[in-house]
Amino acid sequence: MAPDVTAVNSARAPLSRFLRWDVLVGILLVVVFIGGAAGSPEFANIDNLSFALGDLGEIALIALAMTLLVVAAEVDLSVASVLGLSSALVGNLWDAGWAIETIIPLVIVVGAVCGLVNGLLVTRLGLPSLAVTIGTLALYRGLALVVLGDRAIAEFPQTYVNLAVGDVPGTPIPYPVAVFAVLAVITAVLLHATGFGRALFAIGAQVEAAHFAGIRVKRIKLILFVVSGVVAAFAGVVYTLRYGSARADNGSGLELAVIAAVLLGGVDFDGGRGTLGGVIAGVLLIGLLRNLLMLNDVSTEIQSIVTGLLLVISVITPRLVAVARQRRRVPSPVVPTPPTT
Amino acid sequence: MTGAAEATAPHGPGTGDAPPVLALAGVSKSFGAVRALREVSLELRAGEAHALAGENGAGKSTLVKTLSGVHRPDSGQVLMDGQPVEFHKPADAQRHGVAVIYQEPTMFPDLSVAENIFIGRQPRASLGRIDRGEMRARAAELFARLGVALDPEQPARGLSIADQQLVEIAKALSRDARVLIMDEPTAALSGNEVARLFTVVKALREQGCALLFISHRLDEIFELCQQVTTLRDGAWIASEPVAGLTHEALIRRMVGRDLDTLYPKLDAVAGEVALKVHRLTREGVFTDVSFEVRRGEIVALAGLVGAGRSEVARAVFGVDRWDAGWVEVNGRRLPPASPTAAMSAGVALVPEDRRQQGLVMDQSIERNIGLTGLKGLRRGPVISRAAERDRARDWAIRLQLKFNRLSDAVNVLSGGNQQKVVLAKWLSTRPQVLIIDEPTRGIDVGTKAEVHRVLSELASDGMAVLMISSELPEVLGMADRVLVMQEGRLVADIPRADATEESVMTAATGRAS
Ligand SMILES: Nc1ncnc2c1ncn2[C@@H]1O[C@H](COP(=O)(O)OP(=O)(O)OP(=O)(O)O)[C@@H](O)[C@H]1O
Ligand SMILES: [Mg+2]
Repeated sequence: MAPDVTAVNSARAPLSRFLRWDVLVGILLVVVFIGGAAGSPEFANIDNLSFALGDLGEIALIALAMTLLVVAAEVDLSVASVLGLSSALVGNLWDAGWAIETIIPLVIVVGAVCGLVNGLLVTRLGLPSLAVTIGTLALYRGLALVVLGDRAIAEFPQTYVNLAVGDVPGTPIPYPVAVFAVLAVITAVLLHATGFGRALFAIGAQVEAAHFAGIRVKRIKLILFVVSGVVAAFAGVVYTLRYGSARADNGSGLELAVIAAVLLGGVDFDGGRGTLGGVIAGVLLIGLLRNLLMLNDVSTEIQSIVTGLLLVISVITPRLVAVARQRRRVPSPVVPTPPTT
Repeated sequence: MTGAAEATAPHGPGTGDAPPVLALAGVSKSFGAVRALREVSLELRAGEAHALAGENGAGKSTLVKTLSGVHRPDSGQVLMDGQPVEFHKPADAQRHGVAVIYQEPTMFPDLSVAENIFIGRQPRASLGRIDRGEMRARAAELFARLGVALDPEQPARGLSIADQQLVEIAKALSRDARVLIMDEPTAALSGNEVARLFTVVKALREQGCALLFISHRLDEIFELCQQVTTLRDGAWIASEPVAGLTHEALIRRMVGRDLDTLYPKLDAVAGEVALKVHRLTREGVFTDVSFEVRRGEIVALAGLVGAGRSEVARAVFGVDRWDAGWVEVNGRRLPPASPTAAMSAGVALVPEDRRQQGLVMDQSIERNIGLTGLKGLRRGPVISRAAERDRARDWAIRLQLKFNRLSDAVNVLSGGNQQKVVLAKWLSTRPQVLIIDEPTRGIDVGTKAEVHRVLSELASDGMAVLMISSELPEVLGMADRVLVMQEGRLVADIPRADATEESVMTAATGRAS
């Protein structure tokens, strides 16, 4: 066979130019919104949307860090377990009489350490992050169980609970969503307008060329994993306060919703392409769908099935579209592209 | 149109009345706004080597891909033995006995060399299992025919470009091709390897195989080929016998005007030592390598492919580590294994393999050029797109890059133009020490002279250049000094006055002393 990389790639170019995936997701978002408003009277009112946004807070926050990782061709599956560990620590320490002002910085440091462990295993030992973080997914969740057992700790100070569930005064926007908005702007600038962002895309697309261009690949990846751990731990604090309940199994399975949102947002799981705008659209889409399902009393099992389906669809569709376009442009449809190393 | 007037129509010489084995008739092919081929005709005959000449981006590789079923022509026909055929995919062309060695060999890195050769056609044992022994034996036999020492069991990952090329040739041989198409097979080879390749290819030609050969080294065209077809900006200019043609005439066909292809190196006064390499050793790769390059000097690192030249360059720049010795730039030691530190000390490396090491193939021209100078493109915390574009445009113009838009991905550029992007990416860092591995691989005659002029100017402005080149004329024409490596050791340091083809080759092959 004659592997012809040029033909494959030229088929992708017009896809990104005219039919950008992230734009499609944005359109889909509008369609779901209008459909939801038409189908369910409780949907399109400020209270419900404000609640839906707030309910999305942790996923949205973690998705920001995850986007950076996936663009650099890595992934962190341990985020929901770090969230659980953080929640368990908050509960345990609060129960032991610590001040919440001490607890929060402490669990964030623990989150950083969790991320550092992931990062070191990936960058020093050269292990694939998929495997490493599946391992630490189990490990960190186990630690959470050790810390808190099957207890549930409640009754956190009202001022902090208000911060997690309350709205920014004069707006329907919950505080965590406001934090997300600020961080999203920062992340978007970081990814799309700074040298750091350029480096991430280069690492994800062609790591050897990035290394040859003087980009500190390992250091950057390590930083990304630490950031991911910190954000997940912070999300754990928000989650605990929002539900007013610290449990070791808090947020289990959340990593799938996060990754679904990121991939749905058009970030290539192989790295090197994606936009933060797309991810935000993906996060909102997942949030609206979950809210709609909930309003219509659909069970959590079905909700989980929907998340899973979205994940599969968002991975498969871009490939199908690429193959279909290539079939039209180049008569040889299945040209093997050898893995670039 | 000087060329067209002098040209003969595409009717081959007296090879009898048999129709050409493979022919193109009035073929056009466009990519969006780029008209890569415009009504091009070409006839390949049995027992004849046909050259395809043209500048970078003239459409040569596109022509090859229409012959081999990768691209389908927008209009015009492909004819086999005079009959129109349609190749829908490369496999169709292969079934008709058309074998192609592409400009950028793309192998499956995790498969062995033998598996790469027989991919899709592995010899079978009972129950349809792959007969590994048979496959290994047949691969070994092919290598023996080619006279190369490659291990069929070795994984393709880590093969040098020259070796990858040889594997591709073995693959073509294994198919008993009636037509062998070679897109710049010699660009990555040094003198000896080219000679070995030509021996093999000439034998195939004698056996009645039709050859299509592309090279920017005109000497090779004159040595191997009987016919030559010239393209310019996708248009057919001439098809004519090579005999009776001069270098100058061929260049005139390609460029459309007369061109001085020899750029005399400017004399530069060598200044203080810019790069000092002291007893550098990497176990099993190179040993005890010491040399200096002064400001204003162009030092060539010559030797056979595999002598360890690129490996030394990579270690000096810090992409590989070294086991012993040290490297000093402008009197300061470089920390080992840190390209970032080397870059801030003013070192640049134009690497050997542009697809893997030189470029992010999916990204745009401007992003690729900007990647080495992200700090300089910053306005406040963010990158200025205007600055990024200006930097890319400056160098694109200086190196005569042929492109549609600076925002186009580099993978749609022709091979030679991709090489220019790599050059631009590194020259735009304004290095004090430039290490350049095969600077003009795949670059056409006109631009080659231009690249030499740029290098020479930069050197006389005080840059220290360490140049690895497998092309002896380039080494002899450009270098103030020639260092010769052989099997991982530095064996000679020849000043310009004493550097001849003879003295360099003798040192490289270790026949003397
Ligand atoms: N897949 C593609 N998509 C868009 N443009 C393309 C594609 N392939 C080739 N081109 C364009 O077609 C033109 C001819 O390219 P081609 O690769 O045939 O040149 P070439 O003669 O082989 O040059 P070189 O000597 O540099 O290898 C160039 O302008 C190139 O940018
Ligand atoms: Mg070409």
